[in-house]
Amino acid sequence: MTRARITIDGNEAAASVAHRTNEVIAIYPITPSSNMGEWADEWSAKGKKNIWGTIPTVTEMQSEGGAAGAVHGALQAGALTTTFTASQGLLLMIPNMYKIAGELTSFCMHVSARTVATHALSIFGDHSDVMACRQTGFAMLASGSVQEAHDFAAIGQRATLKSRVPVLHYFDGFRTSHEVSKIEQLTDEDLRAMITEDLVAAHRARALTPDKPVLRGTAQNPDAFFQAREACNGFYDAAPAFFQESMDEFAKLVGRQYHLFDYVGHPEAERVIVMMGSGAEVTHELVEWMVARGEKVGLIKVRVYRPFSIEHFVAAMPKTVTRVSVLDRTKEPGAIGEPLYLDVVAALREAGRSDLVIVGGRYGLSSKEYTPAHAKAVYDGLSVAQPKNHFTVGIVDDVTHLSLPVDNDFDIEPDDVVRGVFFGLGADGTVGANKNSIKIIGEETENYGNGYFVYDSKKSGAVTISHLRFGPRPIRSSYLVKRASFVACHQYGFLDKYDVLSYAGPGAVFLLNSPFPADQAWNDLPREVQAQIIEKKLRFYVIDAYEVAKATGMGTRINTIMQTCFFAISGVLPREEAIEQIKKAIKKTYGKRGEDIVQKNFAAVDQTLAHLHQVKVPATVTTTRERPPMVSDKAPDFVQKVTAMMLANQGDLLPVSAFPVDGTWPTGTARWEKRNIALEIPVWDAKLCIQCNKCALVCPHAAIRAKVYESDALEGAPETFKAVDFKGSEFKGMKYTIQVAPEDCTGCSICVMVCPAKDKANPKHKSIDMAPQRPLREAEVRNYEFFLNLPEVDRTKVKLDVKGTQFFQPLFEYSGACAACGETPYVKLLTQLYGDRLLVANATGCSSIYGGNLPTTPYAQNRDGRGPAWSNSLFEDNAEFGFGYRLAIDKNQEQGHELLRKMASQIGERLVDEIVTADQSTEAGLAAQRLRVLDLRKQLATIPSFEARWLEKIADFLVRKSVWIVGGDGWAYDIGYGGLDHVIAQNRNVNLLVLDTEVYSNTGGQASKATPIGASAKFAMAGNARPKKDLGLIAMAYGTVYVAHVAFGAKDAQTVKAFQEADAYDGPSLIIAFSHCIAHGYDLENGLDQQKLAVDTGYWPLYRFDPRRLANGENPLMLDSPAPKADVGLFMANETRFRVVQQQNPARYQELLTSARKEVALRCGIYEQLAKLAMPNGKPTGSVE
Amino acid sequence: MDLSTNYLGLRLPHPLMPGASPLADSLDTVKRLEDAGAAAILLRSLFEEQITREQSGLVHNIEVTANSSAEALSYFPKPDDFVFGTHEYLEQIRKIKAAVKLPVIASLNGITNEGWLSYAKTIQQAGADALELNVYFIATDPTETGDHVEQRTVEILRSVKKAVTIPVAVKLSPFFSSVAHLARQLDEAGADGLVLFNRFYQPDIDVEALEAVPSLHLSDSSELLLRIRWLAILYGQVKATMAASGGVHTGVDAVKAIMAGASAVQVVSRLLEDGPQRLLTIFQGLKHWMEEHDYESLDQMRGSMSLRKSPDPAAFERGNYMKVLRSWKVSA
Repeated sequence: MTRARITIDGNEAAASVAHRTNEVIAIYPITPSSNMGEWADEWSAKGKKNIWGTIPTVTEMQSEGGAAGAVHGALQAGALTTTFTASQGLLLMIPNMYKIAGELTSFCMHVSARTVATHALSIFGDHSDVMACRQTGFAMLASGSVQEAHDFAAIGQRATLKSRVPVLHYFDGFRTSHEVSKIEQLTDEDLRAMITEDLVAAHRARALTPDKPVLRGTAQNPDAFFQAREACNGFYDAAPAFFQESMDEFAKLVGRQYHLFDYVGHPEAERVIVMMGSGAEVTHELVEWMVARGEKVGLIKVRVYRPFSIEHFVAAMPKTVTRVSVLDRTKEPGAIGEPLYLDVVAALREAGRSDLVIVGGRYGLSSKEYTPAHAKAVYDGLSVAQPKNHFTVGIVDDVTHLSLPVDNDFDIEPDDVVRGVFFGLGADGTVGANKNSIKIIGEETENYGNGYFVYDSKKSGAVTISHLRFGPRPIRSSYLVKRASFVACHQYGFLDKYDVLSYAGPGAVFLLNSPFPADQAWNDLPREVQAQIIEKKLRFYVIDAYEVAKATGMGTRINTIMQTCFFAISGVLPREEAIEQIKKAIKKTYGKRGEDIVQKNFAAVDQTLAHLHQVKVPATVTTTRERPPMVSDKAPDFVQKVTAMMLANQGDLLPVSAFPVDGTWPTGTARWEKRNIALEIPVWDAKLCIQCNKCALVCPHAAIRAKVYESDALEGAPETFKAVDFKGSEFKGMKYTIQVAPEDCTGCSICVMVCPAKDKANPKHKSIDMAPQRPLREAEVRNYEFFLNLPEVDRTKVKLDVKGTQFFQPLFEYSGACAACGETPYVKLLTQLYGDRLLVANATGCSSIYGGNLPTTPYAQNRDGRGPAWSNSLFEDNAEFGFGYRLAIDKNQEQGHELLRKMASQIGERLVDEIVTADQSTEAGLAAQRLRVLDLRKQLATIPSFEARWLEKIADFLVRKSVWIVGGDGWAYDIGYGGLDHVIAQNRNVNLLVLDTEVYSNTGGQASKATPIGASAKFAMAGNARPKKDLGLIAMAYGTVYVAHVAFGAKDAQTVKAFQEADAYDGPSLIIAFSHCIAHGYDLENGLDQQKLAVDTGYWPLYRFDPRRLANGENPLMLDSPAPKADVGLFMANETRFRVVQQQNPARYQELLTSARKEVALRCGIYEQLAKLAMPNGKPTGSVE
Repeated sequence: MDLSTNYLGLRLPHPLMPGASPLADSLDTVKRLEDAGAAAILLRSLFEEQITREQSGLVHNIEVTANSSAEALSYFPKPDDFVFGTHEYLEQIRKIKAAVKLPVIASLNGITNEGWLSYAKTIQQAGADALELNVYFIATDPTETGDHVEQRTVEILRSVKKAVTIPVAVKLSPFFSSVAHLARQLDEAGADGLVLFNRFYQPDIDVEALEAVPSLHLSDSSELLLRIRWLAILYGQVKATMAASGGVHTGVDAVKAIMAGASAVQVVSRLLEDGPQRLLTIFQGLKHWMEEHDYESLDQMRGSMSLRKSPDPAAFERGNYMKVLRSWKVSA
């Protein structure tokens, strides 16, 4: 039988089998497993059938806990069922996993193993999540490569049906789940042969049905439970044999033979490593290399970790072995050792091999690199007289000194493997083009191809590094390329930031996208780059890809051009053939999306070769210009020593001692990272400016700011610094400046879009225009520094409207959020209003990533050292987490008051009285209270009592704190809804800010219950047909919750007002904030216009519901937007999420559009009616502005 | 009385039909037009530019954010097939063909030679009985000559004529320096019909916001005068049959258009305002007028007031405005 060779990633490989061998799939998005669910949903949406001819039902749930419940139910009711998850998601499934296993249910789930959040969240791969499931009774099946993820999905499915022991099939998150590799595809016949009908029939026969009624899920008592629990033993005893039988059957069918424990290496090995997952492939590569050099080493790859078969394990171990090193990709603090180590120790002891020296160590946490050099260090570690136990490998531990020494120059990669490293930007298409290149080589030649892609933590201007390998053999090298034969830098500016050529091996080809022609390209390079080119004897090519892209109508997409260059000069394929293949791929990708796009891409390919030139490399370095330092020398020590290393992609080199021990990081470090990603920045024309400060309000990155200050502060201003008289009475006689942060601006131009001040003679020119950054940079850097040092406004003198709030210092700045992000302006406003007394509880999602993803921290501090205190607990518990803040604060304040009263005579009755009864509703009131607390501290210092010491510790809580619980719609509407509901019912003073993008933005746009009718989202590909959940109305039903529905782009004044009312309301507040998002699919510089349209069409009505009005007998609901003025279809027509439905299925779109119109009419109608209701004690109705 | 007419080689029972407009977007309206007695159905223009923009816009919006973040390799699901405007348009031709017995005339506005040709072919394949080329083009480039613009128009017609077998009309704008010369060139290039004239959507200015805003004004009968003049000038000078488009609101308007030389009369604004059934009123107005004035056939009336036959040809030429000006009286 011939099987197709396909090039896919591990997620697709596993999902492909899971989808074909199941009937019901319950899913929930979580990195890095989301793609498995997406594939399954997409296949089902496109009508792809399983091997029994039915289209699997794919259902998104509200959380992984929900998915596990649905899975459990579907299994009980007799469907072949699966799910996909990782990390925290897997933890949420654990309760059901116990049940599923306890009931001996055939079920194979697929997990892209990911780090469980501890001192920090990490999206990357290790086994801490799956290791937390050891005790559930699930069988644990580990695959180590893309091919194995595919194969084991089939083996696991058969084995669970045979053994009745449920299977947790896992592979390494990112390293395998996202690695693109050429594999042999299992056919439907293969799968039918593996999953025979009798197995399925047996599963069904165990289903719950009223036609043969039984009862499960009983509650058992001391008399019965223990024995009943032991009754399953036979199944666990028998399971290993079923797994081996499944592997043998698979081998018969397909040819690849696996075992419960696979041994590789010298038949008389003395030193052996035991491990599982993708790291085993790396060790495998090294073992072959070492054995070829006569070393007696070996490796046991653990395939079936649970049930652990001692018999099979010991049989796999050569008799000659004397020393064993067990590698765990997890950490269990406080344990004797990590789980696999302990299992191996126990297994060998039980098998009577107590003679062996056994050590254990940790590697690869959170996708830390594990290379042949590390494996070598582990073997070397076994060679010493007293092998180090409980070691780590891959880091430098200079605190507890557990790490093994590693020879970082050790390299075993053969030269017949082409190795390429490509630096690109997310937006330039580099990764997509590289995936395409692997496909071309993998599918059009006999060679094997493999790619892994590293993304930075930013959402705007994100850097991508692609690691590609092509060679004549299947590629086991699941680690980053270190000695590349081809290095491409697709963005010229990277040469000043990263050591791009550190990846280049001797004689490699270096391709640079340079704005300079070939004869001038050399001179502008930094000294370090020139030196490396000469020293490594690189062949240096340049192309001005942006010029070619512009000329051929490709805009800023240089992917096709750079891909053509790669094929032209890497020699991986004959040039003509390569070009033909690229064109074939273009036709395949875009053929159905428009001939015009195909032709533009063809033109780009054809134009590329004429513009690609080799640069003549001089014998010596010709420049003295060095790469600029990563951060300013004015930065704090920690930033210089730690943050800067991480920024330079050299965080791997930092030792353990560099890091905080408990995940506590300094705030305000984003200001030291000067990203310079904007091609154009705003330029202020002071003459035209009407001083409305809207530019500052809408800026997502706090990169354009307003200040008002006394004119004498202008002394020493840089020559180009702009200042004008303040217009208006509040600050009469003072000066006013709008200043851009030139190196922090992302160039989104949303400030220009909002600017209302046009030049009457030339309306194209506004008070803010965009202009190229480079020529402005130096002067504006000086201006910005001067601006930052100008005095801050006196907070007590500012009117709290849109304009006034923008004189407050933003304490959320330069985050990694997308250019023109629709969420961050709200967050920034929050910090301007309450930053110096603000605690933020942040649900996992975009806002926790741009808020807290290292290397830098955007939450900042004011001159007094005050600023937001921020933390992220989980995705699902954020409301409760923030509620906990409030409980603690209230308790501290209560104790403070108790102690104050108790000590009143010592402290002074008057001061105590003033503190306890202080009006802290205004900035002036807060300032006065801070002074009183200062006074109090002075008094306390003189009092030698326990109470005084206790009160000193909590005195700061006597100043009012503002607790904000921030998260996205995935949290508020779905996974965290239960908690949110409970918290808003508690009458505590917490404020919930829901940044509603109407999808799970952070994980790539999966549908949530906030997704509107008519929108296409992942898991709702054909267009969502269900109305958006009305969270606001639900909250209003309590009658005690302040609720606001806001859209800053439509009515900023209402947003500002809602924030203040929420903070002032002494009870729970919920603000649902419309947030435009890249997942909506349009150029976000138009985000504000789209918000206006959302409001004008009734898509997003604005309102405030204030329970305090009830007390006055007024209707609490105030509508802040008029009845819809335009058709909601106009709003929808502007966004890809809706258009994509229209373009897939115009008839369905029409139906959904009709439903959307009805829904708008209904919702707006309901609000209108509610706002008109007279309250019981008869006061007037809510106003319609 | 014989009201039948030959337009684009199609034998029609009478000359009245809706013009290219959104009227044919809904099948319901199409059926109501049929009930109102329309002689043919015209679809709105298929704009190549809009389709390519939509395609590249969609690809751009989907691709520009893809593969940028470890957590989100994309932000949109990946449908295999996109149906862009063409698909919908061609489907609409098929549906109208299936729903009514009338000839269906499609309309096309291309921007590239490939666009004109490929869309023209697919329109024919979808079953259109004729094709109107809407050469809506605003020449804003000061280096582009009028001659060039004209030549391009003629070239487009030539290539489309080669590519399709259905009759082809060209809808012109009045802004050519020599409409008659262009008409003759188009005639020689094989135009089966000329439609006079296109109505440009002209932007308005929002003086408060200092913005140019799109605006759409429906026509009134005064706009017919421009059409009458050029129908009258061209009648008899070109083999192509002609249609009046713009400013026909009443039966008498239709009479004027036919007298000037039109073989077909297209109505849009009136129908958009009053509904499809209004076409019947206009038809009855035409018929009634002809009956009252004892016309035997449309042929008898067609071109009777053209430049060639008009008793006062100067009125259509330069003299007209002199007369008009003289007729103005300065109010005291």
